[in-house]
Amino acid sequence: MKITLLDYGAGNVASVERALQRLGAESQRATAPECIASAQALLLPGVGHFETLIRSLDDRKLRAPIINAIRGGVPFLGICLGLQALYTASDEAPELVGLQLLPGRVRSLPPVAKLPHMGWNRLLAKHKSQLLEGVDADAYFYFAHTYAAIEQREETVAACSYGTEFVAVLEKENMYAVQFHPEKSGDAGARVLRNFLRLCA
Amino acid sequence: MSLARRIIPCLDIDGNRVVKGVNFVGLRDAGDPAKLAARYNAEGADELVVLDIAASRDQRPTFLETIRRVAAELAIPLTAGGGIRSAEDARSVLRAGADKITLNTAAVARPELISETSFEFGAQAVVLAIDAKRAGDQWVVIVRGGREPANRDAIAWAKEGVALGAGEILATSMDRDGTQSGFDAALTAAISSAVSVPVIASGGAKLPAHFAEIFTDGRADAALAASIFHDDIQSIRELKEFLSARGIPVRLPC
Repeated sequence: MKITLLDYGAGNVASVERALQRLGAESQRATAPECIASAQALLLPGVGHFETLIRSLDDRKLRAPIINAIRGGVPFLGICLGLQALYTASDEAPELVGLQLLPGRVRSLPPVAKLPHMGWNRLLAKHKSQLLEGVDADAYFYFAHTYAAIEQREETVAACSYGTEFVAVLEKENMYAVQFHPEKSGDAGARVLRNFLRLCA
Repeated sequence: MSLARRIIPCLDIDGNRVVKGVNFVGLRDAGDPAKLAARYNAEGADELVVLDIAASRDQRPTFLETIRRVAAELAIPLTAGGGIRSAEDARSVLRAGADKITLNTAAVARPELISETSFEFGAQAVVLAIDAKRAGDQWVVIVRGGREPANRDAIAWAKEGVALGAGEILATSMDRDGTQSGFDAALTAAISSAVSVPVIASGGAKLPAHFAEIFTDGRADAALAASIFHDDIQSIRELKEFLSARGIPVRLPC
């Protein structure tokens, strides 16, 4: 099993690569549509601006291959902006259309607390989760974001609370996504990545 | 809102070695950056900062290689700074494995550097480092590694930096740095109250009580220290247990 990392130029691909390496997983970077069509598992790491991500995916003609792969059952893990990209749109770049694999839009966290939401926070379990299997209920994960998916639906397996509750972990068939950075979240994060690798096998 | 208060060891880097100093002068060798990074990662540090104190063009490739070696040891965020003068410099540091950059002297000289890097890499990747020194009833910004006063008020500069797109402020008290007499809670609280982003307090830490004070009275979101961790004066684990026992939320290592 080889994990295909979607490299759209601005993401934090190197740190995800290193985290996978530490777990003994093979990975390759994909920057072209044909690499996605043949992928066994896809990972979309994300950091930065929604506009940069969406425009880069479109410039590189990666949108349709990603959607097709996910609809075709290829295991997918979205990280941070990689979670937000799955929705219809984001208030961070209202004129752009997301991957539309999930309904709803990504919104700014309320300014009642310091933003970005940056640092280590805990999760609120909502449903049984495969990604969080074996993770302590009070484990901390590293977040660094201002925008979030605030509406929770059945695919929300864990939320996080910061000013308001938002989607922290979602699982829908072969589609998995986390708002925190598992590659930066110490042992708990490594466990989440290991769980994803097991789901891909 | 159970966001943990962060404990951040800082490695001052000269080429490929960690160095220590008092009030930014009198440097001594403090070890290998990658080895220290691995140790702090295992001991429960929440983040690591590496600063290129030489910040010279010639030394740049060596510093980038140090970032690569340090990043390879970490499963926590890495912030790197020192000598970043352009978005291009920032990109090379982030590509080498840092998650965030710190901007200091170059941002004072040309504040647009903050907006340029924030737009390109996101506010969460841009930390504005402010070295502040008390002058009467206010604090002034000091640049060039603590050597030169800039004609700026530290609190006003923090606000301006955030308005330009900084996602975090690293506030170092030049009065306390290296003294081990405690963080400057007044400075940190003043900045923390003035801005809407997280504030990292730096300079003067020694005792666990200093950390407790900076997280309560100082309203800090994170606290940074260097030599007390390098010299084993304070273990990160014991520090976090101390804070946790006082009701300050921290991420306890397993």
